[in-house]
Amino acid sequence: MNQDIITSTLSGALRSGTPLLFATLGEILAERSGVLNLGLEGMMLMGAFTGFSVSYITGNLWLAVMAAILVGGLMASLHAFMSITLRVNQVVSGLALVFLGEGLSGFWGHGFVGMQAESFNNIKIPFLGDIPYVGTIVFDRDILVYIGYIAVPVIWWFLYKTTAGMNLRAVGESPDAADARGINVVLTRYIYTIIGGFFSGLAGAYISLAYTPMWVQDMTAGRGWIAVALVIFAIWDPVIALIGAYAFGGISVLQFSFQIIQVPIPVNIMNMFPYLFTIFVMLFASSNKIKKRFGAPSALGIPYSREEKT
Amino acid sequence: MKKYLLLVSMLLVAFLAFAGPLKVAFLYVGPVGDDGWTYSQNLGRLYVQNYFGDKIQTTYIESVSMTDTVNVLQTLAQSGYKVIYTTSFDYMEQTAQVAKLFPDIIFENCSGYLTSQNMSSYFGRIYEPEFLTGLVGGAMTKTNKIGYVAAFPTPEVVRGINAFALGVQMVNPHATVQVVWVNDWYNPPAEKEAALSLMGAGCDVIKSETDSPAPLQAAASKDVYCIGYNTDQSSYAPKTFLIASVFDWGIYYKNDIQNVLDGTWKPQNFWGGLDTGVVGLTPMSNLVPDQVQKLVNAIEEAMKDHTFNPFAGPIYDRSGKLMVPAGQSVSDQDLLSMNWFVKGVIGNIPK
Repeated sequence: MNQDIITSTLSGALRSGTPLLFATLGEILAERSGVLNLGLEGMMLMGAFTGFSVSYITGNLWLAVMAAILVGGLMASLHAFMSITLRVNQVVSGLALVFLGEGLSGFWGHGFVGMQAESFNNIKIPFLGDIPYVGTIVFDRDILVYIGYIAVPVIWWFLYKTTAGMNLRAVGESPDAADARGINVVLTRYIYTIIGGFFSGLAGAYISLAYTPMWVQDMTAGRGWIAVALVIFAIWDPVIALIGAYAFGGISVLQFSFQIIQVPIPVNIMNMFPYLFTIFVMLFASSNKIKKRFGAPSALGIPYSREEKT
Repeated sequence: MKKYLLLVSMLLVAFLAFAGPLKVAFLYVGPVGDDGWTYSQNLGRLYVQNYFGDKIQTTYIESVSMTDTVNVLQTLAQSGYKVIYTTSFDYMEQTAQVAKLFPDIIFENCSGYLTSQNMSSYFGRIYEPEFLTGLVGGAMTKTNKIGYVAAFPTPEVVRGINAFALGVQMVNPHATVQVVWVNDWYNPPAEKEAALSLMGAGCDVIKSETDSPAPLQAAASKDVYCIGYNTDQSSYAPKTFLIASVFDWGIYYKNDIQNVLDGTWKPQNFWGGLDTGVVGLTPMSNLVPDQVQKLVNAIEEAMKDHTFNPFAGPIYDRSGKLMVPAGQSVSDQDLLSMNWFVKGVIGNIPK
């Protein structure tokens, strides 16, 4: 019986980690370019609502996912305009995005509560899916989970092994130098802030089309905020983000398994762990040696303006 | 002269009060779109608005946080709302506080216990239908393990779990009810994970008590039987849904507003059971065998006649200690502060 609990916990960790992973990967890209977007929760909610409503109306899941991604990007472009072009405070603009997303998705979503729409089913990968335990946990999932597996190495490779990725990092570390080298700082920041929005939209779509296939208001229930913390936990690295997302997801599932097998750790303490870990990582990452290698992009949250530089 | 003035002003007040429709406001703890608790409250509002037509005018404010409650209530009171329903235990203290400031306005708090000359409290004895759903759960389990997805360890929830477990034990003394706390009224993905964990531990019937339909959906995804709460959420698990205990707030609001309109309103501490219609059951699934359906219906009738009390002794707690001797039953006061599990429940009540 305990083996079943272990399997179901691990399998739950991947399930509940996947929306966190998408949102975190997107935010890593945005923050790597120097734009802090705290609006993940709002973009996820709009993604969840859009995905569900498009699936309900058209019955086409891929159209639904694409629409959710686009809406996430659209919301992010608003943040990009505010924070890159108008250079307003990025924290304020990001928070506004949260409320905008909550409000609009709640308002437009009224008519979709209680409806049933097409949703993603698990696809078992041949051979790999038959491996005992590992097969059911890793290789018998819905397609969006697989996309998560693939996205991580792709983004890692992009960030560290391509010129475009290097330019992105340069813009986030030292926009002046990047500008001097002929990189278009504003355009770069626009692109990656919007791509970040795409990922948040996808994270929302995962929740309303695969995780809990339905639409109810505020259904992301704070996962956008956990993703914000996860970016720091991951020290802006996609591979650590994968580990972090599944670990954070695992903790949120483990609290239930612990109750069932009667492990006497209070739930409130368990729910604290992700944030506790994040603080530890921040302490660890604050030492200079590590900061050089990892750490926050130096220009994170600072609007760039060529005129002010003399 | 003075008398004359008083008369005119009284007439004026009366005119203002009766000229327009009675303005009724509802405060909701969550979003109307939760498809659960707040959704069922809003159904009640829509019902009375429809029933009374242009005699009343209703409004609602959703997702009101505890810190905003006083401000929102004062604003409503100053905007001409004559009856204000605050539909969560969270709002009880603030409602009582504001009620003192506006003695001419009727305040009512759902699931609390404070009353005053212009404040009522009202709630449904949802434990009565919960006991009945327990009969169904106990009859349907094959592994003798029933999973219970619970929100917060409050007396209301503990009472519901106990009533459900007593129902289970009545038809199936070998069955246990495994409780998992979500520590949230409303968090769909977490509610789903809680249900999946219970199924992972071998539970073959899932009972949900949280606000969203996610636990039922989780059960449906594994072809596991499920029992709902709050509203009829059977569409989320069309093949495995068994039954749900539901609130029908419209009935209470209708009677209450009628009293206000008739001028016969009096403060009360209303705790209505199956006999009042405020709580009830959804239709049972065809999956439930005939004799179980008959048993449920018979006990439902007996509860309506007050000839059957689900909390009648003997009742033992988890450790086997006799809590309620035969011939006695749990008093309303003890029900309202219940903080122990009956025999057959697995799980802890966090302190």
